[in-house]
Amino acid sequence: MATSPGTSKRPMRLLRNLNAKIASIPMVATALVIFVGCTLWTVVYSFTDSKLLPRLNFVGFDQYDRLWGTRRWLVSIENLAWYGVCSLILTLVIGFTLAALLDRKVRFENTFRTILLYPFALSFIVTGLVWQWILNPDFGVQQVVRDWGWTSFTFDPLYNPDIVIFGILIAGIWQGSGLIMVIMLAGLRGIDEDIWKAARVDGIPTWKTYVVVIIPMMRPVFVTALVLIASGIVKVYDLVVAQTSGGPGIASEVPAKYVYDKMFASQNLAQGFAASTMMLVSVIIILIPWAYLEFGGKKRG
Amino acid sequence: MTSVLVKDLTLKFGALTVLDTLNIDIPEGEFLVLLGASGCGKSTLLNCIAGLLDVTDGEIHINDRNVTWAEPSERGIGMVFQSYALYPQMTVAGNLSFGLRNARMPKDEIAARVARAAEVLQIEPLLDRKPAALSGGQRQRVAIGRALVRDVDVFLFDEPLSNLDAKLRADLRVEIKRLHHNLKNTMIYVTHDQVEAMTLADRIAIMKGGVIQQLDTPTEIYNRPINKYVAGFIGSPEINFFEGRIEGNHFVTDDLNIPLAEYAFQSGKLDRPAWFGIRPEHILSGDMARDLPFSQEVEIEIVEPMGSDTLAWTTLGGHPLRIRMDGQAAVASGTRLLVGFDPARGSFFDAASELRL
Amino acid sequence: MVDASQPRGPKPRKRLSRGNIMLYGTLIVVAMYYALPLYVMIVTSLKGMPEIRMGNVFSPPVEITFQPWVKAWSEACTGINCDGLSRGFWNSVQILVPSVFLSIIIASINGYALANWRFKGADVFFTILILGAFIPYQVMLYPIVIILREMGLYGSLWGLVLVHTVFGMPILTLLFRNYFTAIPEELFKAARVDGAGFWGIYFRIMLPMSLPIFVVAMILQVTGIWNDFLFGVIYTRPEIYPMTVQLNNIVNSVQGVKEYNVNMAATLLTGLVPLTIYFVSGKLFVRGIAAGAVKG
Repeated sequence: MATSPGTSKRPMRLLRNLNAKIASIPMVATALVIFVGCTLWTVVYSFTDSKLLPRLNFVGFDQYDRLWGTRRWLVSIENLAWYGVCSLILTLVIGFTLAALLDRKVRFENTFRTILLYPFALSFIVTGLVWQWILNPDFGVQQVVRDWGWTSFTFDPLYNPDIVIFGILIAGIWQGSGLIMVIMLAGLRGIDEDIWKAARVDGIPTWKTYVVVIIPMMRPVFVTALVLIASGIVKVYDLVVAQTSGGPGIASEVPAKYVYDKMFASQNLAQGFAASTMMLVSVIIILIPWAYLEFGGKKRG
Repeated sequence: MTSVLVKDLTLKFGALTVLDTLNIDIPEGEFLVLLGASGCGKSTLLNCIAGLLDVTDGEIHINDRNVTWAEPSERGIGMVFQSYALYPQMTVAGNLSFGLRNARMPKDEIAARVARAAEVLQIEPLLDRKPAALSGGQRQRVAIGRALVRDVDVFLFDEPLSNLDAKLRADLRVEIKRLHHNLKNTMIYVTHDQVEAMTLADRIAIMKGGVIQQLDTPTEIYNRPINKYVAGFIGSPEINFFEGRIEGNHFVTDDLNIPLAEYAFQSGKLDRPAWFGIRPEHILSGDMARDLPFSQEVEIEIVEPMGSDTLAWTTLGGHPLRIRMDGQAAVASGTRLLVGFDPARGSFFDAASELRL
Repeated sequence: MVDASQPRGPKPRKRLSRGNIMLYGTLIVVAMYYALPLYVMIVTSLKGMPEIRMGNVFSPPVEITFQPWVKAWSEACTGINCDGLSRGFWNSVQILVPSVFLSIIIASINGYALANWRFKGADVFFTILILGAFIPYQVMLYPIVIILREMGLYGSLWGLVLVHTVFGMPILTLLFRNYFTAIPEELFKAARVDGAGFWGIYFRIMLPMSLPIFVVAMILQVTGIWNDFLFGVIYTRPEIYPMTVQLNNIVNSVQGVKEYNVNMAATLLTGLVPLTIYFVSGKLFVRGIAAGAVKG
């Protein structure tokens, strides 16, 4: 029996699929070096007293103690909480409502969708700057209303420390709600048309169909939207920089800006590391319940 | 001469054994059909032979060459897929020549081979078309042509007809048979359709749970199924089964007492619990049933006229019974009818091992 | 992905019913609100400063002037440089082109390897990659500074290109993997039987079949990289700051008199590239962000 050599022997494990493995090197490197390596590096160095340069002089939880004792960080967290809760609720409500309106066989649907979504194409810097201008008390909305005759009207969120975060919220929602609308719309379109027919045959009013039937069916879409909004919230940075630079005073500081300032402006690296580790922790707190809901119980193929 | 040899082939996915120590010896020019329900491992086996799946253990030889670890293209096989898998962005000519271009064959040789394959398959006018512009039958020819141009020894078919409607399926089945008749290549054909298997195959391998149950000619499998599973799997309408005991010269079940008559036992006759299976078409009725070793009058319950033949449902000694009759048989539900059969045409299986007795 | 082109809500009733008027009324008001900032940018950028001081942000320009645009493009100052946003624009272009190409090439090959050539452990790395998309960038910023410095790329254009490639990888890889997975596996098998290898199948079977997803990825990346601020400000130096960073420095500079019209012209100029892509690509853009958003 003539057996040609080379093909009868089992090749080495490592060499099997070699091209695919070589092609995956960038992915493996990114996953291991950047996402795992850099994250661990930062977490480790957050327990040191690194100032201008990173050094491995461990000081336990000192940086975290200092962090939670700093007023600026506390203001940042409070702002993030307000911004987060409001933007989560409002974006979901607005996004879903607009999607539901557009799903009602509206003429010029594409035009409406184009208008509602274009802010998402703009950067946070552009968004922040244009809303800074619109909310300018001397020329913007406040002045317009005063010109109409209501001379005592006051609406200057960017100059009022108590409500400045809501000024940023206005811009944030304007920029991001279109995306959620699109996702919700895709979710609505994914629902079997027969559901609507059945609801109509049963004589259920439209609004009730949405609340009782449609929204529960769209649970996965809502979860996706929720995760999307939430992971965006933690990263809020550019918008604040453009709109208020954290002001007035420190009234509109956010954690991401705190991290940047500590790391790159005030040469207090370990503080920045500690603050960013806190951001990571908060993301994990958001992600774990989601991962549990999404993947817990049943495994997906 | 052996064309394809599968030796102790085993495939495991983790703890799951998908193929278990398979052995098949396929002589040159044979049309072998791998038949089984979905999940039986038939497509997996074909993919192993093609080299698209790495085996866990065992060997595959094609034309006396051990190809267990060879690339699919080095095995001398061509494959026709269920979806035909024509490259949508290439013309028919491009599809046919893709393998040859990968092998860096000279241009004029490629052109000659494509032309020859197109002639054999009568697709010359289609060479410049894209697959999207072809009919189902034309697609199949191009898919076969892709194997043909490479001048392979073995054709592998992975359920090529199961996506099609019934009429086209019947046409293309004949076409494949004609092709095999003309080319005389070894062909391995996977299907879950027993009609395809019976009509196309020189031999059929019936698989279940990653194991070959029976490997034999269609007639042999049909007439002498090796176990109860094969008997039940092959044949439509399904074979009638009776559970009972062999006692002396009779098979006894509930209130029936069937004589064994001339039944040829493989391993000697012994009293034991057993199954008896008899195919619906081996049950005769009316005058023809009178002289058979076993006959009894039954009441017809449901009649399904199908044109070419008629299917009747009844009960025999408490067991449901299917009878296949002539298409013109005038029976109505509710009528009483004498039915009978010769047990020698049926099959006995051991109750425990379910193997043929 | 669900086809979003067919409206499938309940059937509308008569044309001018009360419900319909409310529906369209609401939509028009909302649309006006969303369109307002764009309108404000445009009108402000076309007014002279005296006119801005007299009126409000919404009033249309009485006398249209393009001077603010000229000034924003070629004269506006950031620090000591007074050559306008044009510098930032060209910086952004230089960052954008290699970043988009590199990230898409790498991610598409990753996605292809994951979809068709799964090897042991590939899924582990892919999972890490996807989880990585959720890690706040802030956690990784500084170590990357060190890595880039070690490679001699810190502060250079190629350093930023690398950063964009890395952070674009999760979403793009997911996009491509899902797309390639949806291509029938039999095509891939057929190509292997035909003797095509890893690269042969990628270039001659997969690529020609995947043009739409490449366009989607391109839209996603162009918009994302053009709009980036954080990476630009950290990983480059002032001479090669991308447009967004320069824009912010121009508008939020504390020196001199605020020229709102120039600021708005500059803002509009910066937003022009993604806006153009958005309005031109339309459906594909929507598909891209929806695909990017609905993970898994």
